[in-house]
Amino acid sequence: MSSHYEAPIRRPLIDGDKSYHDISVDVAAPVEGKAIKLWWIAFSIALTAFLWGIGCIVYTIGTGIGVWGLNKTVGWAWDITNFVWWVGIGHAGTLISAVLLLFRQKWRMGINRSAEAMTIFSVIQAGLFPVIHMGRVWNAHFVLPLPNQFGTLWTNFNSPLLWDVFAISTYLSVSLVFWWTGLLPDFAMLRDRAIRPFQKKIYGLLSFGWTGRAKDWQRFEEVSLVLAGLATPLVLSVHTIVSFDFATSVIPGWHTTIFPPYFVAGAVFSGFAMVNTLLIIMRKVSNLEAYITEQHIELMNIVIMITGSIVGCAYITELFIAWYSGVEYEQYAFLNRATGPYWWAYLFMMSCNVFSPQFMWFKRLRTSITFSFIISIVVNIGMWFERFVIIVTSLHRDYLPSSWTMFSPTFVDIGIFIGTIGFFFVLFLLYARTFPVIAQAEVKSILKASGEKYKKLRDGNHE
Amino acid sequence: MSNKVVQAMYNDDDILMDAVKEVRAANYHIEEVYTPFPVHGLDKAMGLKGTRIAITAFMYGCVGLVFSVWMMNYMMIEQWPQDIGGKPSFAFVQNMPAFVPIMFEMTVFFAAHLMVITFYMRSRLWPFKEAENPDPRTTDDMFVMEVIVDGNEAELIAFLEKTGTVEIKVTEKH
Repeated sequence: MSSHYEAPIRRPLIDGDKSYHDISVDVAAPVEGKAIKLWWIAFSIALTAFLWGIGCIVYTIGTGIGVWGLNKTVGWAWDITNFVWWVGIGHAGTLISAVLLLFRQKWRMGINRSAEAMTIFSVIQAGLFPVIHMGRVWNAHFVLPLPNQFGTLWTNFNSPLLWDVFAISTYLSVSLVFWWTGLLPDFAMLRDRAIRPFQKKIYGLLSFGWTGRAKDWQRFEEVSLVLAGLATPLVLSVHTIVSFDFATSVIPGWHTTIFPPYFVAGAVFSGFAMVNTLLIIMRKVSNLEAYITEQHIELMNIVIMITGSIVGCAYITELFIAWYSGVEYEQYAFLNRATGPYWWAYLFMMSCNVFSPQFMWFKRLRTSITFSFIISIVVNIGMWFERFVIIVTSLHRDYLPSSWTMFSPTFVDIGIFIGTIGFFFVLFLLYARTFPVIAQAEVKSILKASGEKYKKLRDGNHE
Repeated sequence: MSNKVVQAMYNDDDILMDAVKEVRAANYHIEEVYTPFPVHGLDKAMGLKGTRIAITAFMYGCVGLVFSVWMMNYMMIEQWPQDIGGKPSFAFVQNMPAFVPIMFEMTVFFAAHLMVITFYMRSRLWPFKEAENPDPRTTDDMFVMEVIVDGNEAELIAFLEKTGTVEIKVTEKH
């Protein structure tokens, strides 16, 4: 027992009287059991939204980008807002699985699997928007430097948009192998528990024949550590490069050196909010409250509070620098943002992102599940508006007052966005029923250090 | 030499660790240990050498970096230099800052994927691979130590029984 020592002041991360076998049973239960009615209702709604989105995408591709609300002044709006929003949400998964691994934060183990799933599913949604925005989707492979019949026709490596292609595809594929490598032992657990031959076959296939040899575990841990070390700068680079899409342009309001750290903080902020949204429901529905405890929610709320404050600092710094620069165009861009025709979007952004996370200073509020859920939704709305404000308000009043205009989305714009939300939840709901949603092997490895039962045995029962 | 092994099963990682140390001290050869989760310190207790997979990742990363430099130099500087936005690409050094993001991404891409492929190959993991764990419970809550029978089988079993095992099986290893 002494080798599993953990300071008594640390609260248990696994509640209740759990044994190793109990963990297997609890993690396998949602996969082995039947779906409840609520799941079917949620799945039907998500699927309907997804199909509606497909309809809108087909309509866009068949007719042309003209069916969107874009105009000659506002050439980027709804689609890129959604792109940045989804990429940002994705970042929390890597933060939880990679950065918290490097910092040896044990609380990551209850939530990393679902957070990484969220990363992958949301980056898929994000990738859809630039591809559809290309217009001629069937030429999407032109973004890759592939040999072609023109011989010397290559992509432009000076362009931040191409950097984005490389960053997003590296991010998606590396996140996927990181996730899958971690899944192998857990798929193996499901395989060895499976009774029906079909399930045994499927999980046998997915687990790649994992057997849990000592040497495999040694490599597994080393690979996880190195992948975490690679994924950490990668995730920072991805949103940095997304911010370069704007920061390397010469548009007032976009041409800002503060963008990379500001975007990364915003991404972590919105991503943790989405993790909270998903896990607060999942822990309840799948009976995983012993593994995703109130403490996990509280710690995520603290991250939301800190990153929200960083984002707030960035907003205020932007305003200050615009004034301090003495550049009229820059000053007008920010004055227009806050007081122009889109003042309401700016107000939404400020109140949702800067004001609302400050409630988390109060322990009572950040340990309240209902309140955390409400704030997580508020933050997601706020972060969508942040991207909308940055993109649309910087464009709609350009250098030439005669071309000043407003942007309003069409039903197709809105439909595609709703469709991606539907697609995201279709994937997540399927995942919640078929995948081991908790990294059970890793949780087992901290059971003796952080399990409630073992902590009590070791520290004596003081309660 | 016979391929006979004794599989001793344990239900606790701490008991397993002690058993591994005792078996090693008594000069028996541990063929393999199967565990449901990473037991820290087990590799050292078994006398396994450290893995070199992190070194391969570093080398793959270097390959990725070199490849990206070669690719962008060939495409942008050598084969068809263009004047893009008043920033001509006639010399690699002058254009290099714009290539840094992709140089970084390719380094990570190569390091991560090739390392994972190396891991899967070395640990024999791929789709349709049959699992080889001796008992389905070893992915749940049981730990199996395989000790090679070299000499007196009964003596070895008697020895293992004293190490806190819950089940002992003698089997042929292929």
